[in-house]
Amino acid sequence: MSEPNEHARHIVGPGIYVAILLALLVGTALTVWASYVDLGFWNPIIALAIASTKAVLVVLFFMHVWYSSKLTKLTVFAGVFTFLILISLTLTDYISRAWGQW
Amino acid sequence: MPDSLANSANTANSAHVEHPAYLRHHFNSAEQQADAASFAMWLFLLTEVMFFGGLFTAYLVYRNWYYPAFVSGSHQLNVVWGTTNTAVLIFSSFTLAMGVWCAQTRRRRGLVLCLTLTFILGLSFLGIKTIEYREKIEKHHVPGFHYSMQSFLDPASDPEVYKEYHDKPLAPDMARHTELYFSLYFLMTGMHAVHMIIGIAILGFMILRARAGAYTAGHVTFVENFGLYWHFVDIIWIYLFALLYLISRH
Repeated sequence: MSEPNEHARHIVGPGIYVAILLALLVGTALTVWASYVDLGFWNPIIALAIASTKAVLVVLFFMHVWYSSKLTKLTVFAGVFTFLILISLTLTDYISRAWGQW
Repeated sequence: MPDSLANSANTANSAHVEHPAYLRHHFNSAEQQADAASFAMWLFLLTEVMFFGGLFTAYLVYRNWYYPAFVSGSHQLNVVWGTTNTAVLIFSSFTLAMGVWCAQTRRRRGLVLCLTLTFILGLSFLGIKTIEYREKIEKHHVPGFHYSMQSFLDPASDPEVYKEYHDKPLAPDMARHTELYFSLYFLMTGMHAVHMIIGIAILGFMILRARAGAYTAGHVTFVENFGLYWHFVDIIWIYLFALLYLISRH
């Protein structure tokens, strides 16, 4: 085995990349269409849900995380988790600041 | 000579004969070296997540405080340009992913083609962004001394936007906060554009190296890691598009 690098790593082929490309383009069309429909409270939630689905597809397949080691998966998860702590603790503060003051 | 010493001398010798030229001596195998490089790249991306994360958090808080200002501000952005740019970036991620595949399967011409396409798509994104920025400058929507609230105090004075959304005039203290929206708009899309410019510069360097066959001889770490960076920048844009352009279009 002269090139262990090539044999050990999973190679993602063009078929999957084309499928993801199409899914991302459909997602983009969907999110633009959804923003023109009045769904009230649900508008931002749907926009973020579609954006997150697209992001997950990019991370898993374009960035190969689906095929990567547990260390890589854990690293990605740690990043998302830390970011969610940042968001949720900040928002809990802002949402609850005025509680009991009216 | 003790056995163990002879053994290690042997291993050292054979390692020198067999290992590929790109394998650094402090790694056991090319696989370990590639894993380490990829792990390091992901750690760098985590710092990037937290960097953009701060901007996203600021956006979220201010958007909840000054929602009407953010809606009116976002109506000033052109959805057609935004959607086009999203598609351009998604295509560039695709061409780069294909480039990684070409490098892995040792297709030199394919790799050069994919990198060149990614380079062109990246420049197209910046070109469209320039058109959008220019419009903001002309309308005095760049935060600072020359900022104008005209479009928000009197929406009918801005017929192009008004005929589509029929925004009601904002009270002066709310209209003032559209400047905050545009501050975040320029900060976030600007930092994203800086990442694009850095990426395009590296792409230019990679195209030259790829033409010389540098990435199609088994050592693909650089292309793979650059792919991670480029896709990350794409993900940031996916969120920026949803948050800045599509707040409330109905």
